[in-house]
Amino acid sequence: MDFSSFLLMRHEIILLAVILLLVVAEVSISSNKKSSVVHLAIFLFGIHTIAGFFKPDYGSLFGGMFHTNALIHFFKNVLNIGVLILLLQSADWIEEKIIQQQRGTEFFMLLFSSLLGMYFMISAGDFLMFYLGLELSMLPVAALAAYETTKRISSESGIKLILSAALASGVTLFGVSMLYATSGSIYFADIVEAISSDNLTILGFVLFFAGLGFKISLVPFHLWTADVYEGAPISIASYLSVISKGAAVFILMILLFTVLKPLMFIWENMVYILAVITMFIGNLFALRQQNMKRFLAFSSIAQAGFILLGLIPGNALGTATVVYFVLIYVFSNLAAFGVVQAISLHTGKEQMKDYEGLYRTNPNLSLVMMLALFSLAGIPPVAGFFGKFFLFTAAASKGYYLLVFLAVVNVTISLYYYLLVVRAMFLRQSETAIPYFKSKIYMKLGLLITALGILVLGLYSPLYDFIHELSNSIF
Amino acid sequence: MDILSLFIIVPVVTILFLVFAKSLKQARMVAMVGSLVQLGMAINLVFAYLKERTVNDSIMVFTKDVVWFEPFNIHYNIGVDGISVALLLLTAIVVLAGVFISWKMYDLPKEFFISLIVLSIGVYGFFISIDLFTMFVFFEIAVIPMYLLIGIWGSGPREYSAMKLTLMLMGASAILLVGILGIYFNSDVDGGALTFNILEIAQVNIPVEVQKLFFPLTFIGFAVIGALFPFHTWSPDGHASAPTAVSMLHAGVLMKLGGYGVFRVAMYLLPEGAVDWSWIFIILSVVGVIYGAFSAIKQTDLKYINAYSSVSHLGLVLFALLMLNKTAWNGAILQSLSHGFMTALFFALIGMIYERTHTRDITRLGGLLKVIPFISVIYVIAGLASLGLPGFSGFVAEMNIFVGAFQQEDMFMRVATVLSISVIVITAVYILRVVGIMLMGPVKNESYLKLEKVTWYEKFGILLLLIPIVGIGVAPLWLSDMILESLDPFIKGLL
Repeated sequence: MDFSSFLLMRHEIILLAVILLLVVAEVSISSNKKSSVVHLAIFLFGIHTIAGFFKPDYGSLFGGMFHTNALIHFFKNVLNIGVLILLLQSADWIEEKIIQQQRGTEFFMLLFSSLLGMYFMISAGDFLMFYLGLELSMLPVAALAAYETTKRISSESGIKLILSAALASGVTLFGVSMLYATSGSIYFADIVEAISSDNLTILGFVLFFAGLGFKISLVPFHLWTADVYEGAPISIASYLSVISKGAAVFILMILLFTVLKPLMFIWENMVYILAVITMFIGNLFALRQQNMKRFLAFSSIAQAGFILLGLIPGNALGTATVVYFVLIYVFSNLAAFGVVQAISLHTGKEQMKDYEGLYRTNPNLSLVMMLALFSLAGIPPVAGFFGKFFLFTAAASKGYYLLVFLAVVNVTISLYYYLLVVRAMFLRQSETAIPYFKSKIYMKLGLLITALGILVLGLYSPLYDFIHELSNSIF
Repeated sequence: MDILSLFIIVPVVTILFLVFAKSLKQARMVAMVGSLVQLGMAINLVFAYLKERTVNDSIMVFTKDVVWFEPFNIHYNIGVDGISVALLLLTAIVVLAGVFISWKMYDLPKEFFISLIVLSIGVYGFFISIDLFTMFVFFEIAVIPMYLLIGIWGSGPREYSAMKLTLMLMGASAILLVGILGIYFNSDVDGGALTFNILEIAQVNIPVEVQKLFFPLTFIGFAVIGALFPFHTWSPDGHASAPTAVSMLHAGVLMKLGGYGVFRVAMYLLPEGAVDWSWIFIILSVVGVIYGAFSAIKQTDLKYINAYSSVSHLGLVLFALLMLNKTAWNGAILQSLSHGFMTALFFALIGMIYERTHTRDITRLGGLLKVIPFISVIYVIAGLASLGLPGFSGFVAEMNIFVGAFQQEDMFMRVATVLSISVIVITAVYILRVVGIMLMGPVKNESYLKLEKVTWYEKFGILLLLIPIVGIGVAPLWLSDMILESLDPFIKGLL
């Protein structure tokens, strides 16, 4: 057997090695030195991230169950960068809260297993691998959501997540079985040829779409989002809203653009309607949120609505803009969650009114937050503007001007609530402002990377050109 | 380095220096030096432009073209014609005057000057852009610092005003985005590539239906910042709450983006749409002209008076642009410049009066001519310029506008013209009313008898603004020649 073809799976193999090494470390490090696990995990994952940047290959394995190409490879790197930043931002929290309870290693193992599931999900060449990946990516996160065992709300969040996720997977599986029934295969390559537009296929497709819509938290499958984000540890909320959502969007896009392309006349309309209601519901519900985690939850629902605009054209332009937007979204949203996490860790405060007067006491944190919010709102010259502009361009390229118009109305609505946070931090002064505190080195590094990313990713155009080149490779 | 990119680079460098400034003194020194350099560059640009014009007769000169986002054919493409050169000069002068007026910005000085200069980057970039995308980016960069500037350093209901202003302007720019995308995706109808380049799109015959669809979006998108009735409501609140320098910059420069954008993008690229839709926008602008003037009569807050007078004056700019002939357009550009200097001067003076008397309510002021003669005299001069007295810039501008407007011969245009001419009288009413109540008469408050003298930096800021008002009024020809010859391509688009 030719083992060199396993190099196609190098992301998966290295990550698996990292997980196994962590198991070894858990056994061999004595219990009073457990905090070194954090450094070890970050170090190993850093190596893993760097290793991902070696030249990508394309091809398939296991008789077509697993396939990869330059775009998928790149997207795995995006996920890696996201998780690495997330690890940096949550290192302090793990060290202070989790290590004492002797559960540090498990945290990393669960997180990495979930990431492994996402790798398999986006590399899937058939529905079996897809489903395995989907489950592997969701189950560990449910455990992680309930990780703060001392808080009741955290357990509640874990239960909510696992129940809704189980329901969603069930629905997905039901849909997949119908697709199998009509096309006679679970392999994507066969389905694309055999798929017809009879009612059963369409029903199967709709159910399948609903399952993925749950992971992306599209309206009306979004109801779990705010509750889970509020209860879960911040790093997990951040993981759900950035990494998990990014991966699900990506696989949805690939499936729609390739396998389900013959059903485009159906999903075009679905995506259109879902985009509109997701943007409006997400934005309108975000207006009144006081808790920062809930606030970011609804903001991330609205962002998912914007992403759908890139799905509508169903071509390479759409692919490029979606991947580019997700990349920028990773940086922007992680920056916002990072600041929330830093403040929550040092003061335990999570309400918007606690942020009043923050600029005068903690200018750097406020600036990072402002950059993140401007990027989410889409204000130049920060990266989010370019991401959103190109998404709108993609939708307009097929003549969906009304949709773009509705989207820009939503951009304006969203600007209002993003500015509410800016108002609290910059415009208000407060006697009880959060006093100055110094973050540790990992947190600083995590926030610095995101801030630089937000500033540079948009203005540096070769990045987009690169993604644009890659996006032809899925067709 | 090309002469135009410096207008972006110098402010960016100024900001980098400002980041390291430790005190108010350092911050204002850096900001002053930066804006002095900008003013020098702007003056230099005028001469360089006049010289270049004698040998180069392309539409835009000093052009530079760098590919930015290749897949979308987005370029960093800059260049200037006579109109943009004049507006760049206006910006440089107002920014410098603004820095002088903010000499004593004790609260977060560094952040204040940084926001102010970010705003100016947006404005400079907007005026030099030939690429629609770049233009749009700079447009939004110019708007967003207003939120912080009004919100942090403002007075009165500052949070409300800042939010209202930002949302209305950003909402308008969102609508504009749809218009720009519409233009972009129709720029290939003649068989060329999709492009954001304004000069190339102007050569394309965009189908009339498309023009009719996207003209109102583009027009309104820009005209909101030019205070088109009924989208002007952000402007009085915003101006009243903003700190002095921000009101100056905002009314003096930022609102000019509206007229410029309407002219350069909406009317230049979609001329048939402009002809088709002009009637409704003429009605709106005439309503704005008269409504603004009448509102100014009723106000007692100095800043509100000036803000409504801006609505009225800028309505005149939009009105003149819609008259679709060179004389009126020339008047519109001149009015933009003249109003820019004048209103900045007004706001500077109002700021000084407020600093000394702690009120902007004219009913509580009186006899200021006796106690602060310098400010009062300049106020009278600015007022006379504003009501269009010959010898000042306002006269030249309004003369051109109305002469141009009278060239339109049908009944509708005539009525609109006559109605808008009536504003000259109404302007005189509200200017003279303020002068009468606030400057003449007995001193109403004992404590006003010993008001602080005018400082050197205040005088400097005021003179900077006064010189061009008189300059344009006395010797308008070199300026209007520069503008007139840049108007030819626009007229050709219409025929």
